[in-house]
Amino acid sequence: MNKVVNDFSIQVATVNGSGSQTANLVLLRSIFQMGIPVSGKNMFPSNIAGLPTWYTVRANRDGFIARKKEVDFLVAMNAETAREDVMTLEPGRAVLYDEPLKLNQLRTDLTFYPVPFDKIVATVCTDAKLRRLVKNMIYDGVLSELLGIEMGEMEKALRKQFGKKVKAADLNMGALKAGADYAKQHLTKADPFAVERMNKTGGMILIEGNTAAALGAMFAGVTVVAWYPITPSSSLPEALIGYLKKYRVDPATGKATYAVVQAEDEIASIGMVLGAGWAGARAMTSTSGPGVSLMSEFAGLAYYAEIPGVVFDIQRVGPSTGLPTRTAQGDIASTALLSHGDTKQILLIPSSVEECFELAQDAFDLAERFQQLVFVMSDLDLGMNTWMSTPFTYPDRVYDRGKVLTAENVKALGAEWGRYRDVDGDGIPYRTIPDTGMPSYFTRGSGHNERGQYSERPDDYQRNVDRLARKHETAKQQVPAPIVEDADAEVAIVAYGTSHWAVVEARTQLEKEAGLKTAYMRLRAFPFPAEVDAFIARYKRVYLVEQNRDAQMKMLLRIELPAGATNHVRSVLHYNGLPIDARSITDDILVQEGRKARDTVEAAAAVGRGAAAVATAAREGE
Amino acid sequence: MGEPVKAKTNRIGLEMAPYRGGKTTLCAGCGHNAISERIIDAFFEMGVNPRDVIKLSGIGCSSKTPAYFLADAHGFNSVHGRMPSVATGALLANRKMIAIGVSGDGDTGAIGIGQFVHLMRRNVPLVYIIEDNGCYGLTKGQFSPTADVGSTQKNGQPNDLPPIDTCMLAVQLGASFVARSFSGDKKQLLAILKAAIAHRGTAMIDVLSPCVTFNDHEGSTKSYAYVKEHDEPGGEVNFVPFFEDISVEYDPGTTTAVTMHDGSKLYLKKVAEEYNPTDKLAAMRLMHETHARGEFATGILYIEPDKDDFVNQLNLVDTPLAFLPTGTVRPGREVLDAVMEEHR
Repeated sequence: MNKVVNDFSIQVATVNGSGSQTANLVLLRSIFQMGIPVSGKNMFPSNIAGLPTWYTVRANRDGFIARKKEVDFLVAMNAETAREDVMTLEPGRAVLYDEPLKLNQLRTDLTFYPVPFDKIVATVCTDAKLRRLVKNMIYDGVLSELLGIEMGEMEKALRKQFGKKVKAADLNMGALKAGADYAKQHLTKADPFAVERMNKTGGMILIEGNTAAALGAMFAGVTVVAWYPITPSSSLPEALIGYLKKYRVDPATGKATYAVVQAEDEIASIGMVLGAGWAGARAMTSTSGPGVSLMSEFAGLAYYAEIPGVVFDIQRVGPSTGLPTRTAQGDIASTALLSHGDTKQILLIPSSVEECFELAQDAFDLAERFQQLVFVMSDLDLGMNTWMSTPFTYPDRVYDRGKVLTAENVKALGAEWGRYRDVDGDGIPYRTIPDTGMPSYFTRGSGHNERGQYSERPDDYQRNVDRLARKHETAKQQVPAPIVEDADAEVAIVAYGTSHWAVVEARTQLEKEAGLKTAYMRLRAFPFPAEVDAFIARYKRVYLVEQNRDAQMKMLLRIELPAGATNHVRSVLHYNGLPIDARSITDDILVQEGRKARDTVEAAAAVGRGAAAVATAAREGE
Repeated sequence: MGEPVKAKTNRIGLEMAPYRGGKTTLCAGCGHNAISERIIDAFFEMGVNPRDVIKLSGIGCSSKTPAYFLADAHGFNSVHGRMPSVATGALLANRKMIAIGVSGDGDTGAIGIGQFVHLMRRNVPLVYIIEDNGCYGLTKGQFSPTADVGSTQKNGQPNDLPPIDTCMLAVQLGASFVARSFSGDKKQLLAILKAAIAHRGTAMIDVLSPCVTFNDHEGSTKSYAYVKEHDEPGGEVNFVPFFEDISVEYDPGTTTAVTMHDGSKLYLKKVAEEYNPTDKLAAMRLMHETHARGEFATGILYIEPDKDDFVNQLNLVDTPLAFLPTGTVRPGREVLDAVMEEHR
């Protein structure tokens, strides 16, 4: 049996609400502490408790941390899905299961490890009520023994997880050790998967995108936050509230340098953001697709009356309620053109937790620079899953507060100041902030002239919207540029957001398996900087990778780029709600390149599809 | 050649000009114009600098009016029914501003009822005026949710749904200042507006303001004639601002005295023996009983002068959040280091 070292995925199948998340994070962290690149992805139902949930830890010595389709090591704790979970594994894989489920009778081409969880937990936990929660730590113990994860690292990870709750940590340590002891005495290693210490995670952190974005907003000096709970966004404002309480209260007076409001809905949230932005605060909200839809009217007001604000959109699967706990990039086109009439918004698209932190800060600067909303288009995969990252860099940039006039400036201008006049030719006018002694102007979402006065004159209207178009042109060169990696190749890949990680891996696969070299550009913003047009023009065939059905970014390219410039852009689309994986991209490109037959690819895809990828009839919920 | 007539100035030395606004574009005789006049008078007489004021509105005839008063104030005409959220955000950004919002019966009672409800719940420090004519003016006279059952449109079409009583709703929701007045009652409306400016919290004023164009006919319960006929002033409203030291003679048997947040005094003549404007149940009873008689009580119907307001509850630093320096809002390097350490 060939050993497979530091390159496998472990999938834990449990039920929602059984407290398995702690055990899963301890497992993830302990492998990470041994220096092996990891990623942890939670696939959970829209439900409080009792429905199936799958957590996948991927360890990969080459640093590939995108989702991987194949499950190598299954931990089957959920009776309801266990059979299906086992039946969809590829031969040669391993299954750790709760003994009474008798899963070993299902197949002969897998390695089975039965563990009598209830018997073991009874010996370590006298309180029957706690057993259900402690039980999960037993599989961590068994895995440490079977895979070679050092017990010292497991304990360190567990203690970190429980923090100050020493009693709970001790109880769980007992379960961890009991699991390892059981494996030592009763199980014989018969699968190829192993963990061996490496040195690829030194100094790195593990963090969720929503936590990173919250930190970014705090360091960007956000002062007003209005939000409404929605999956998968809620953990962002909740993390932010935690940090603000800790780090943004004046120690001398105990008073807050911020205001957070849980509003009555998303419309009120964005209304408060606009009011605060108009009055000079750095204001934000965080939501998901349904919330963005509700904000549409206010988004038009912000665009037309020129009011800054930041909106985090943690995208989930639509349309409508859709799949609230699954990931997608489905809000790109609608958000870029959000609201009626001719509107164009600014979008920033982070690919990593580090970019969640950094683009959050860019968003506040750009919102005030351009006096409009800036949408940070994250997604559920980035926002709610755990990612490795180098530690974030302290931001010592000077905040860009944009073109704000003071009373003195205006006085110097005499009667010359017009709130909506393009003085510098960049389409960005000068504003004042409502305050004592500040020259006032009238802000309105109705027609206005350069002085902000009500006007229905055709020339006033057209001059104004043309100026807004000019502002959009200016933004092209000030939003984050795409990350470009040219190559001596005919084929290029374009992607954005979380697709990045699967693309990096797919490019390696394409080169290894088919000798296909590719160039690569990662988009980071809308509107598109000139580099985007130039890159697309440089290659014969361009594959644009998206996590939506309708190739939404391609639509936007078609709108923004000269006629014909996107004729050679093809699409690679992944939209089943699961994070995109490298194999899907590789196969799709090879098929479109004529190097692989479509039917062989589809046959391969049918194999190795864990039960997690098979539609489960989840109850509807928000 | 006589001496030039010195323009009248108020206690902060300002003339009337900065309190006035642009020329109204509403119909001649519209009640809303009278309300704008009273707003101008109230701010002038209270000696509030228009530069310290933010004036906001939603959409509709009434929502156009902030352009017609306080030319020097910072104005924001936002979207239909959502002005409360914009005002809330603006006040969080700059707690020092004095805020006045103008809404209409459609803007508040229909599309904006949700934001109205939560504004009252939060007690945001805002003077909130509903210019109430029971119909949609800009869209040519459809019924609004405050139209009475049986009241007719110009074409004779009767309204068959019961009205939303915004004052009743406000009291129930925890508003701290609830008043009703009539655009034609100069004296009462001015006193109420001045008291509203002195109040710290949401001061909700429903002002019956007949629509001369679409709702001033026989059969309408929001016509000038009908409103004048059925107005039940809840006793006199006497407001004495904190800067005026007038000793008012009043009889505690017939008058309730209320000391306001800024030290101003309010003397409210009792409508009935057991009526007390600081008693929610009494306020509700008064509104119910007058409504049952086909009339409406006007005056300050309910007041809770010491209720904590939303901005205060958030325990914000004194400096407006909008003007906090970078050093205050960007935590130091050691904070990021500590957070990164937690995630290692």
